[in-house]
Amino acid sequence: MKVMSLFLLGVAVFFGIIGVIYWFTSYEDAGFLMLIGAALLGLLPGSYYLWWTYHMKLQPEEDPDAAMEDSAGTVDSFPGSSIWPFILGMGAMFALLTFVFGLWLAPIAGALILSALIGVTVESRRGGAV
Amino acid sequence: MTTTIERPEVITPEELGGPEGHHPDALHGDADHGHHEGPSGILNWLTSTDHKVIGKSYMITSLVTFFIAGIMAVVIRAQLLDPHTSLVSYQTYNELFTMHGSLMLYLFAGPFAFGGLANYIVPLQVGAPDMAFPRLNALSYWLYLGGVITMLSGFLVAGGAASFGWVSYAPLSNATNSPGAGADLWLMALALTGFSAIFTGVNLVATILYLRAPGMTMFRVPIFSWNMLVTAILILIAFPVLFAAVVMLFCDRHFGTHIFSVEGGGSPVLWQHLFWFFGHPEVYILALPYFGMVTDILPVFSRKPVFGYKGMVFATMSIAALSTGVWAHHMFTTGVVLLPFFSLLSYLIAVPTGIKFFNWIGTMWRGQLSFQSPMLFSIGFLLIFLVGGVTGVLLASPPVDFMTHDTYFVVAHFHNVLIGTAVFGGFAGFYFWYPKMFGRMLREGLGKLHFWFLFIGFWVTFMPQYLLGLHGMPRRVASYAPDTGWTTLNVISTLGTYVIGFSFLFFLINLMVSWRKPVPSGPNPWDGHGLEWFTSSPPPHHNYTHLPPIRSERPTWDYNHPEHRTVVHKPKGKKFAAPNKGDKETVGAPS
Amino acid sequence: MATALTWVDATAHRPLLSTSNYMSSPASVIAVNAPSTDPTDPSQHRVSGMRRGWITALIVGAPLVLAGCNAYPSYGADPGATKQGSDTFKLYSGMMTTGIVIGGFVAVLILWTVVRYRRRSDEMPKQFHENLPIEILYTAVPVIIVGFLFFFTVLTENNVDATQPVNATVTSTGRPVVDITVTAFQWGWRFDYTGLNVGVVGETTNGPNNKGPQMVVPAGETIQITLVSNDTVHGFYLRDFNFSRYAQPGVTNIFDLNVLHTGTYDGQCTQFCGLYHSEMLFSIRSVTPSAFESWASAEVTAGHTLQGSPSGAGNIPPPNTRTTPANAGPSVASSATPKQKASA
Repeated sequence: MKVMSLFLLGVAVFFGIIGVIYWFTSYEDAGFLMLIGAALLGLLPGSYYLWWTYHMKLQPEEDPDAAMEDSAGTVDSFPGSSIWPFILGMGAMFALLTFVFGLWLAPIAGALILSALIGVTVESRRGGAV
Repeated sequence: MTTTIERPEVITPEELGGPEGHHPDALHGDADHGHHEGPSGILNWLTSTDHKVIGKSYMITSLVTFFIAGIMAVVIRAQLLDPHTSLVSYQTYNELFTMHGSLMLYLFAGPFAFGGLANYIVPLQVGAPDMAFPRLNALSYWLYLGGVITMLSGFLVAGGAASFGWVSYAPLSNATNSPGAGADLWLMALALTGFSAIFTGVNLVATILYLRAPGMTMFRVPIFSWNMLVTAILILIAFPVLFAAVVMLFCDRHFGTHIFSVEGGGSPVLWQHLFWFFGHPEVYILALPYFGMVTDILPVFSRKPVFGYKGMVFATMSIAALSTGVWAHHMFTTGVVLLPFFSLLSYLIAVPTGIKFFNWIGTMWRGQLSFQSPMLFSIGFLLIFLVGGVTGVLLASPPVDFMTHDTYFVVAHFHNVLIGTAVFGGFAGFYFWYPKMFGRMLREGLGKLHFWFLFIGFWVTFMPQYLLGLHGMPRRVASYAPDTGWTTLNVISTLGTYVIGFSFLFFLINLMVSWRKPVPSGPNPWDGHGLEWFTSSPPPHHNYTHLPPIRSERPTWDYNHPEHRTVVHKPKGKKFAAPNKGDKETVGAPS
Repeated sequence: MATALTWVDATAHRPLLSTSNYMSSPASVIAVNAPSTDPTDPSQHRVSGMRRGWITALIVGAPLVLAGCNAYPSYGADPGATKQGSDTFKLYSGMMTTGIVIGGFVAVLILWTVVRYRRRSDEMPKQFHENLPIEILYTAVPVIIVGFLFFFTVLTENNVDATQPVNATVTSTGRPVVDITVTAFQWGWRFDYTGLNVGVVGETTNGPNNKGPQMVVPAGETIQITLVSNDTVHGFYLRDFNFSRYAQPGVTNIFDLNVLHTGTYDGQCTQFCGLYHSEMLFSIRSVTPSAFESWASAEVTAGHTLQGSPSGAGNIPPPNTRTTPANAGPSVASSATPKQKASA
């Protein structure tokens, strides 16, 4: 946790400094905004992790001497296989192709995306059953 | 059916009668492979959320795009064989180099690394049962496949594929200069693959942060996985900017906005800022994973730990950070960017890259080097990337950039960098982990033939291009005048391309032979270091039934060679006491 | 081991830069050292160290010898036909020498490591994994080198980008700076001599003798170029000038050129700009100041004035009307080649 939060805060500090230098040497707004965006990208998760570093007991993966028993148990449950990512991916492709080839593709895209959203929600509610 | 993942058990060398007789797959035979309860065949491919299946799908798809783009490269070079060759029309030529670049950069080099090898290897290396978000992982593959189909379908529509170069500079890419559906399909393909990359990036970050095995502290994560973490952060910085730029360009093309056109008060240079703010990190998104692969391969074939582990990690971080601050070195000749700022940051990238080089040499130093195909490709990477790096330092200087910008010098430079990383590094990784992924070996002889033809073909192709650039040949020209004196060098370069193309026949034959007449690899054919070599080849459904204690960045090596293990951390003697207790650092064989 | 030492000692006094010596020696090195496989044998390290120094001397020395023959070896580039271009060339040459020395050092180090430490036995190598002083050394030294390169870069960059005030009387003939507005368009160039009332416009032609329009400039005087574009991004590039600059809509780039000698220099668009990008050629002919003045008055007489061929997007001929370049020698513009018919 600590390494990670420092890593992400490092991202924030670096881009913050570079962004400020860049602004005061060039006054170019596009690059400045993107640099500050990159700084925020590091700042938000970095400070979140930093807070948890001091409010969480040492995790087994952070403990240099951890044994496997320390993290015994279930990691997570999720569907072993699922058709919905495929349906959603194809739906996204058709949705974007609608912009190129016209609205006649929109019903196909809509149907695919909608069924995928419903499917994946139901799948998760039932604990992973397809 | 739900899959519930239990943490694997620990085993120590004391069990199983010590490391000599150790064969992890003896512990879990074929029965474990049956853990996978999903459908089989094509339905398995469509529905699998297993990172190994998705990783293989990614790799196969990206290799197909690699071969398609490679055939385009051969046509491009054949067109330039002599002045005014009329092999293809100007329009077709422009489509070909656009698609060659787009396929190679967006659809091969990146996805092959972070969707293919990283997807497969990173969870294994950190001891995770799968990626953190398996269904998101599957979705990112399908978005990627959608992107591939969308981009290639450009060739089928009226007006042909996009023909404005992979950088798509405004205003050449606006509706007036590039009408037709090909350009729109190109933009949509970028949107799809962009999201696929972002999802994979999120997945990699979460996996490396949260799914590491106990004892796998951040500074014990193998360098390849470290580099993938940094790459994933870079993806999260860069790809949203690309997506935003793509949306803006599409609005300019169809919805009457004037973001990139002067007529409506917009700025064409803004496209270049946005594109290169994505584009330069993208170059390192394509390079860092391959640095990581080579960093994992060199120690194995030198039988030593990686030299300067922390130096490597910090060098990767510095390269990534600096790479995001140098985007405008692609825009030196626009005359509107701050030259010294971008020049200095570009120069500074040479420092961490140099650290990496010396660490790679230090890894081999006083080792026992053996030259199987992965090692040969890694050394090829070192030499080719070195030349690309040196010419890159030259290009960081604005005056030298003025002199060579948009000439074949730059073409040769970035092929040196990208072929060095994505092709030599990528195939090093592929030859290295192929036994892990398929449980069978590739043939060494064919692998070496592949390497030598590719290596020689590379130099023959690209060294003349440096000279061509210095002699004034611009990039992206479909023909040139006979009196320019560029013919001889172009002929040499084209012949080199044929050698490169020929070399891949050995690769394909190699795959075919290993498929027809498999030579089982066993779990650990190279005497590997990382955790991935501990499990069977291919690994069971959730990767591990047992794990060794993780006390350094190479747990499998420590397990197999207890007398030569690296103990960087001073153990408390909880589970796995170091032989020289009390030593701050025990290196090498205890006396 | 005694033989090995003798051999190295004997050769250490040979000329370091002899090519034949270098070419013939590695085989014998390997042959002599082969019996000793003990990596901890101290005498062998001494041999390695000496040989390392020897190779280092060679790769550092060879470019220096090259450089000794010529202060600025060309490495394939042009020495630069303008004042700015020769500055750039010197920087390029110096950086290339540095790059070859450093790159050569690293390459030889890699190859030497690969040959020297190839597997000779099953003995386990020493499992060292760091050496802090060396790591600090190879972090600090590149920083210093990069600092030097950056210093010279900034010096050169300031020279190349320096511009004179337009109305300054700085030329040898007492004339103001020759102010030329260059407009790049799909696909051709237009050169407007603002102070002289001369306008030259030329489209790309598609014959084998296509050279595009020609810009005539006085040698030895300062020319100030104002570079614009009305459609897409183009690249104004001359190989002999070691220079390129984008012509972009919405951006006006101003830079100076001082052509040193008389002659004709070929230029070409380098930034991909659409279908006929590869034929968007032009050239610059540098003549003596007096010849330049007579050329300018002849152009005015011929009607090639700013008014006669006014500047601006509306007045640039559309790409499909293929006119003869105003100043490009024999006309070759009439017939399209087969490949262009195919692409149309």
